[in-house]
Amino acid sequence: MNILYNEEIDGPLSKVDRADLFAELRQAIPDLLILHREEDLRPYECDGLAAYRTMPLLAVLPERVEQVESILRICHARRVPVVARGAGTGLSGGALPLAQGVLLVMARFNRILELNPKGRYARVQPGVRNLAISQAAAPYELYYAPDPSSQIACSIGGNVAENAGGVHCLKYGLTVHNVMKIEVLTMEGERITLGADALDAPGFDLLALFTGSEGMLGIVTEVTVKLLPKPRVARVLMASFDSVEAAGKAVADIIGAGIIPGGLEMMDKLAIQAAEDFIHAGYPVEAEAILLCELDGVELDVAEDIERVRAVLDEAGATAVSLARDEAERALFWAGRKNAFPAVGRMSPDYYCMDGTIPRRHLPKVLRGTAELSEKYGLRVANVFHAGDGNMHPLILFDANEPGALERAEELGGKILELCVAVGGTITGEHGVGREKINQMCVQFNVDELSFFHAVKAAFDEHALLNPGKNIPTLRRCAENGAMRVHQGNMPFPELERF
Amino acid sequence: MNMEVRDADRSEDLLAQVCTALATNTPVLIQGGGTKSFYGRATSGALLDTRAHRGIVSYDPTELVVTARAGTPLSELEAVLDQSGQMLAFEPPYFGEGATVGGMVAAGLSGPRRPWVGSVRDFVLGCRVITGHGKHLRFGGEVMKNVAGYDVSRLMAGSLGCLGLLTEVSFKVLPKPRSSLTLRLEMDVDTALVRFAEWGQQPLPITAACHDGEGLMLRLEGGEGSVKAAREHLGGEEASAAFWMALREQKLDFFSTPAPLWRVSVANDSRPRLPKGAQLIDWGGAQRWLKTDAPAATVRAAAAAAGGHACCFTPGAAESPLHPLPEVLMRYHRRLKEQLDPQGIFNPVRMYDGL
Repeated sequence: MNILYNEEIDGPLSKVDRADLFAELRQAIPDLLILHREEDLRPYECDGLAAYRTMPLLAVLPERVEQVESILRICHARRVPVVARGAGTGLSGGALPLAQGVLLVMARFNRILELNPKGRYARVQPGVRNLAISQAAAPYELYYAPDPSSQIACSIGGNVAENAGGVHCLKYGLTVHNVMKIEVLTMEGERITLGADALDAPGFDLLALFTGSEGMLGIVTEVTVKLLPKPRVARVLMASFDSVEAAGKAVADIIGAGIIPGGLEMMDKLAIQAAEDFIHAGYPVEAEAILLCELDGVELDVAEDIERVRAVLDEAGATAVSLARDEAERALFWAGRKNAFPAVGRMSPDYYCMDGTIPRRHLPKVLRGTAELSEKYGLRVANVFHAGDGNMHPLILFDANEPGALERAEELGGKILELCVAVGGTITGEHGVGREKINQMCVQFNVDELSFFHAVKAAFDEHALLNPGKNIPTLRRCAENGAMRVHQGNMPFPELERF
Repeated sequence: MNMEVRDADRSEDLLAQVCTALATNTPVLIQGGGTKSFYGRATSGALLDTRAHRGIVSYDPTELVVTARAGTPLSELEAVLDQSGQMLAFEPPYFGEGATVGGMVAAGLSGPRRPWVGSVRDFVLGCRVITGHGKHLRFGGEVMKNVAGYDVSRLMAGSLGCLGLLTEVSFKVLPKPRSSLTLRLEMDVDTALVRFAEWGQQPLPITAACHDGEGLMLRLEGGEGSVKAAREHLGGEEASAAFWMALREQKLDFFSTPAPLWRVSVANDSRPRLPKGAQLIDWGGAQRWLKTDAPAATVRAAAAAAGGHACCFTPGAAESPLHPLPEVLMRYHRRLKEQLDPQGIFNPVRMYDGL
């Protein structure tokens, strides 16, 4: 099924005359940057999920909140859909434009408004890059914890919209745990403040509700984030295993021993080989799996924990364990993992990255299922895994020039996500549903749950103008694509227990 | 203790009660142990007791996740976690023996460790909820990272049962610290506030900091090495850890004086100009307990000026115990309530009049 917006199943959109809308915006906001020519709009036709592209009706690049307010009021009055976009690095098509909608580009809101070391917070505009916050806080020995792999480019507004994660989530939390306050404009152009400079705010926890809502409930115009003191030291251990099961057990044993590593990552053989070919990090290419376990904090505790983890790894049957000797080797160990995606990209003309999360105890089962599917579809799959929090990133290798290969890769990806749901997991841990996983939402949630989501949406955006077609599928879509089969007693992977 | 006999899935009963309430348009007053019934506005309705629906549904210490039914006694949940050396890191107050898991989440209150590890909602991973449309639904799950759909589970935390009936909640749990030490340092309030800001910028293993008007109580938690080093660095005298329980449960002498009790939540680096009255400073400056006869509006203006809000913990002492919302935000609250509970049957007006 084509992933692009389909009014028949995703809901009707109003017909808007581009020239009329342009004229109204121009008149109401004379200094607003409006892109309308094809060559200007082209760079905005997709986000990080480049396989799907749509030219927006118009793209607007405001730089003041008042401009955003006017844009929203005009679009609300005319019933024009609005798709917000930050840095455009999202991997699930959350910022994929609509041909009949305005693309609201927040990238020019790029100022750090306040950095308060005593209060340990930074107040920033939504277009500020994730890494720029930590860089600005560095002189005070503080940093912003969530570190999605795109942190050099992705914006904090997008991080809030997606509830972005990273490799340190188990210990330091997701975006939702590190944002204190957001300023929001609703679709009707009304300003609301969610959260507070204090640690809590009265009323419903709308800050939590809006975090990860994928631009469906409001437009974030300012973000106050928590800053943490930088850990004094970080050391990383690398352990090799002759089976993925043994590596998975070692992860459970480390956590069972009462240790919360700063980072805990697993890679399987194909991913190890790809990374080693690319980075020469000294990875053991003969191993079936490796674990990278980073311990951070105060020096004395880290030293204690290294010994504890080493003992656990030996006990769990690690075939080799090495501690990065110095900062350079630590960086090298991580370089292999952090470049796993491009490394896999060298092995194959194209790859497709999945983002399911599972309870860790089902790792062997899900990896076995993935291997079976990989064989069935004739496509290789490399596994990279945020082992500490159960977030898997299977990378499906394919060649888009081969007819039907993309469709096969997507179908395989969909099956892997269904497998994650079947063991009690989720279709997306950190990349978001966006447009990419809209059909799999029908597998994870039943009709009543989806209706509940639509009710939440209606409270903030009655006419469904914010980012239509993303995140929550229409019931019509679920019925049409037949993904409801899970709820009709005809489940995939019937051998798996469900709860 | 024979848990098998007492534990039971009574969600069908609860669903039936909600459906009856919907059919007859009768509001329900959701209650577990009733230990937090003082909190929020007084509400009336048919009592809906959650306590028969109880028991731990799943717990795997190596996953750091536990799922419990809403009526499970909080003490039972914490005892089970304790056996595996784990805990609810946000230290929820009980305010009485009968406190339940559902009430703890609905109230959304957290204890002394909150500024360092997070609040109730930060540890909620998933929930099951009976809705205002008479459906029993599941949101979130038993995994740490989950961004599929809206985060309904965290929305439920602190919603005072106004958006639906929680039947089951999954939490992230954490290992208990290997080492814990309570210190008392003689210093005045102003010095303590300056220290809080300094210490907050350093990776010290502080997990509780309270100034009781006389001196500063600190708790250090972590590995043996870091606790010992911090203890040497900070000085002070070793003190009893029982203080933190007494603080959490409001059993300190401070709480027994007659004036109304206010919880004032402010920015951690603020210097709120609170009205006259005894003060206890918790959360490293971010939470002030205030005993005052001053009018609600005075307390609230001072809290708001310090980036926060004030909530009255003494029933009847303020017309709206919870800090009133700005008009636009209140309108969106009403819209959300109307969408999720169109007949207005769940704890009407418990949070705010008109909600």
